[in-house]
Amino acid sequence: MTQLPLRAQLAAALGRTAAALSRATGRGDGSVIGGRIGLVFEPDLLRQLAADRKLVLVSATNGKTTTTRLITSALAELGGVATNAFGANMPAGHVSALAEDAEAPYAVLEVDEKYLPEVLNTTGASVVCLLNLSRDQMDRAAEIWLLAQKWRNAFAEVRTHVIANADDPLVTWAASTASSVTWVAAGQRWRDDSWCCPVCGGPLDRRDDDADWACRECTFRRPEPTWVLMEDHDLVVDPRGARWALELRLPGRANQANGAIALATAEAFGLPPARVLGRLRDVRSVAGRYTSVERDNREIRLLLAKNPAGWLEAFGVLDPPPVPVILAVNAQGPDGRDTSWLWDVDYRVLRGRPVRVTGERRLDLALRLDIAGVPFELARDVDDAAATLPVGGKVDVIANYTAFQQIRAEFGRAV
Amino acid sequence: MQSDKLRLIWIYPDLLSTYGDQGNVLVLEQRARRRNIPVETVYVRSADPIPEQGDVYLLGGGEDRPQILAAARLRRDGGLGRAVERGASVFAVCAGYQLIGTVFGGEEGQPVEGVGLIDIGSRRGERRAVGEIVAEVDPELGVPTLTGFENHMGVTDLGPSVRPLSRTVVGTGNGDGTEGCYSGRVLGTYLHGPALARNPGLADLLLSWAMGVETLPPIDDTWHERLRDERLGTVLGRQ
Ligand SMILES: [Zn+2]
Repeated sequence: MTQLPLRAQLAAALGRTAAALSRATGRGDGSVIGGRIGLVFEPDLLRQLAADRKLVLVSATNGKTTTTRLITSALAELGGVATNAFGANMPAGHVSALAEDAEAPYAVLEVDEKYLPEVLNTTGASVVCLLNLSRDQMDRAAEIWLLAQKWRNAFAEVRTHVIANADDPLVTWAASTASSVTWVAAGQRWRDDSWCCPVCGGPLDRRDDDADWACRECTFRRPEPTWVLMEDHDLVVDPRGARWALELRLPGRANQANGAIALATAEAFGLPPARVLGRLRDVRSVAGRYTSVERDNREIRLLLAKNPAGWLEAFGVLDPPPVPVILAVNAQGPDGRDTSWLWDVDYRVLRGRPVRVTGERRLDLALRLDIAGVPFELARDVDDAAATLPVGGKVDVIANYTAFQQIRAEFGRAV
Repeated sequence: MQSDKLRLIWIYPDLLSTYGDQGNVLVLEQRARRRNIPVETVYVRSADPIPEQGDVYLLGGGEDRPQILAAARLRRDGGLGRAVERGASVFAVCAGYQLIGTVFGGEEGQPVEGVGLIDIGSRRGERRAVGEIVAEVDPELGVPTLTGFENHMGVTDLGPSVRPLSRTVVGTGNGDGTEGCYSGRVLGTYLHGPALARNPGLADLLLSWAMGVETLPPIDDTWHERLRDERLGTVLGRQ
């Protein structure tokens, strides 16, 4: 890539130093602090660091960290790829990631939904991937219809290629102002934010067993997808009609959807599925998610679920009963301070297995489970919860954001 | 009750259920069932007519655009107003609370015509009120201290024919030191949490209105009470 101006070089170097310091002093992975220092020194740094690279932005309310990781792995087939692997998904994190790997000709950045218009405008990214939009941390996030409108405005102003999940009506509406779009039928399990047409407010007609949707009152309907993740099969059909078994190590339907988006994105860079599937299959865990840790002869697996759509996906990944599940819920800033969303999750699927409840807001969850008729026991933390479970065997843990980070810390970041 | 069953009508879950509002329905259902009151819930999508034979009508929170759509559809339908004239109860939260008044603030703050069930008018305030709320309920209603979470930009002015539901101890509420309001059997509040999960006393008030009784037999409230103690202790302890 071309030389950065001197000021920007210095700012990037300062950022790198701060990041290294933050890591060395054990205060984190350094991905945010370094970027903040860099941005203070040179606000235009992000633009300069992104220039002359082929850049992919990935945004959604669910699955963006994992999809970012899958696309990064796929594009490594072509050369060096800079990425914000630790989920620091605002501009400071982007600066850190790009400065860290200044020579890489490719970059894949996870972008917070609210920041997508700004980051797209700043970087002029060549490709944007949109997975879904669902209710998320309502006390601090923008409302999702409003967010979709802002995405529309942003795509109307830049020439970028969008790869979008056609099964999500709000994502489809947002993407449809872009100059070119690859539509991927990637599925949508959580539908409670898309019963109404974002164009006219009319009812969207859709069936439980079918991804198709259409407005009853206007012409807005699901575009014809060129990539299709087949319902109930681990198969992706490419634009030529060839079928590819994904066979990812990452579990669950949501990750198959992420894999389908990653395949479509790789092809936009000239990489057909045959060249990247092996790389996607090598991904075993993403920032601690889906990894198992051995503790007291138990195999404890960590699942992150940040919002109702995420919980629904996590339930789909659980080992069948009687494998116990530990649920952990906090309500710190990054989680959203309002726990009302617990009532949007249907916990009844957890009946028939031992359930333990922990986290700073375990009483909110306890009442929720009581009303859902799911027997449970309270626990102080994951170890305390595990101690009340049968010895040996598997245990699944589902935690929201800061609860998840606390558990990782408890486990010494072994995961 | 109109019939042999308590009929709960959840209005427009496709537009107004953004903040866990289903919880209010689930809590009412469960508190009825635990008292052996047969209960039936009807989920009414926005494309469908409002059934007029319900006992309790629930409206939840929502974003600006869905709120405007919901108000327009409810006005056109007219069924909710006829149910209230007949004596049905209404429990409306946040966006739902605003839209049962005469006017509320739209996406750009423009005035939008409400359903006009009660004499309140809402407009857009200066800043967003986000956070825990604690409020003391009108003693007439015999409901313990309210706990909940508010997240709105509205300021609500109460007309002479409605009474404030409560006076705020922590939080913003209507914006004048009061929170929510009621008039007859129509009750509105900014409280999420959801409100009836955090405040089973409020749920029982609605049930007693619907059943036409003064008091209801007590039921086991262990988990409600533990959550209330924790929330009230934490929020008031921060003062
Ligand atoms: Zn339409």
